[in-house]
Amino acid sequence: MSMVRVDALYKSFGANQVLKGIDLRIQEGEVVSIIGRSGSGKSTLLRCLNQLELHDSGSIEINGKRLDGEAMSARQLSEHVGMIFQSFNLFPHRRVGENVMLAPMVVRGESREAVEPRARALLESVGLGEKFDAWPGQLSGGQQQRVAIARALAMAPKVLLCDEITSALDPELVGEVLRVLEKLAVDGMTLVLVTHEMRFAREVGSRVVFMHQGKIHEQGDAKRVLDDPQTPELKQFLASTR
Amino acid sequence: MLDFLSLLPYWQVFVEGIVTTLWVTVVATLLGLAIAVPFAWLRLEGPRLLSALIGIYVELIRNTPFIVQLFFIYFGLPALDLRLSATSCALIAMTLNLTAYATEIIRAGIQAVPKGQREAARVLGMSPLQSYRHVVLVPALSRIYPALTSQCIIVMLGSAVISQISVEELTYAANFIQSRNFRSFETYIVATLCYLGIAIAMRQSFEYIGRRLFGFLQGEQR
Ligand SMILES: Nc1ncnc2c1ncn2[C@@H]1O[C@H](COP(=O)(O)OP(=O)(O)O)[C@@H](O)[C@H]1O
Ligand SMILES: [Mg+2]
Repeated sequence: MSMVRVDALYKSFGANQVLKGIDLRIQEGEVVSIIGRSGSGKSTLLRCLNQLELHDSGSIEINGKRLDGEAMSARQLSEHVGMIFQSFNLFPHRRVGENVMLAPMVVRGESREAVEPRARALLESVGLGEKFDAWPGQLSGGQQQRVAIARALAMAPKVLLCDEITSALDPELVGEVLRVLEKLAVDGMTLVLVTHEMRFAREVGSRVVFMHQGKIHEQGDAKRVLDDPQTPELKQFLASTR
Repeated sequence: MLDFLSLLPYWQVFVEGIVTTLWVTVVATLLGLAIAVPFAWLRLEGPRLLSALIGIYVELIRNTPFIVQLFFIYFGLPALDLRLSATSCALIAMTLNLTAYATEIIRAGIQAVPKGQREAARVLGMSPLQSYRHVVLVPALSRIYPALTSQCIIVMLGSAVISQISVEELTYAANFIQSRNFRSFETYIVATLCYLGIAIAMRQSFEYIGRRLFGFLQGEQR
């Protein structure tokens, strides 16, 4: 059974057709990097996977559960899919520890006593154990993004979606976030990342999906796709990123 | 010559007026804000009909004079066979008035919170209501807090009008005193200073609460 299964997915914004028939299977533990030009529909695809956008037609199954507009509540969905954003989106009025604990407490009704040890362990695992009582505004971008990862993991999702999560960071802070992702990948987390970090996609990713004008134009084993692109569009895209 | 001593025999009347002004203001402020917080959210994200009704109510209040609203309630309710004291009518009018303005102010605050905050809450599994309560509300309030503070003070100052339906607050007390001692200038100087003092005290209280509620903003200034 695939962890993520997308069939004939279509999505338009008004007259602008953004996804034009996406088929995609992702197995448990796979690390899939989605690459492609700005505007090719990468974010829209991710946002359909967690219903931040509702697709027009086609089907999406996550962990065997079908997403159909109203069918799944935000709460149910959060048990399957987590998401990290480019802009961190930490809750500024909640301390770092509370950012991590909030969803388990509010959504699942867990007690603070039950959640706190887990939250501390998660922050420890992203290297921020001592920041439990800091305000998000006191952290660097890289630290904020690592908190966001810990926060997403607190809901124990099966799949983690990452939309350009290092793009807003100063270059010297990118590495610390990628190292956390790499550790997750090694631990067997299913990761779907939209990324411009080709080295990461090549070394850590198991598969690369190249999107072009709302379709999957080329995909396959990460090293194969990046080292030996078949289509002229991908060749051109890769050349432009070097 | 100014003769403030002529006010001395009436100091108790002043104090009673101040106490009344204070307590109707506190009650109307607490009630008004407590209603405005859910109203602002319903206006934005509630069912269409409810949102529209709240919109109509807000516009009705914001586009009519407070004294007319007060008379409407004071003379209108008995027509519906509802007999309430003048003070109750004043409280209702002040609360309805503040609720409308505060709803509009808080709504602007909610809209100023970046969309990403709501998306992050949603992806973590929160319902729209949970997201409003735990994620959006405090940052929204922090953005419009000065406007909200001013609005509550305006309601306190506006409470002078409820003397018109014989609620014995500060202005009523002043009117009463100057009709007895014929020292209207001195009397209103004192009343003015009282209002000024209450307004300053309110502002300070709001600032104190704000510092506790929005302490995270200090954290942001690295
Ligand atoms: N909420 C939206 N409303 C209207 N158009 C949108 C919206 N989100 C994305 N689009 C459009 O969809 C297209 C694909 O956007 P996006 O998925 O963000 O691409 P990418 O992430 O690959 O850069 C763009 O043309 C963009 O303008
Ligand atoms: Mg994008």
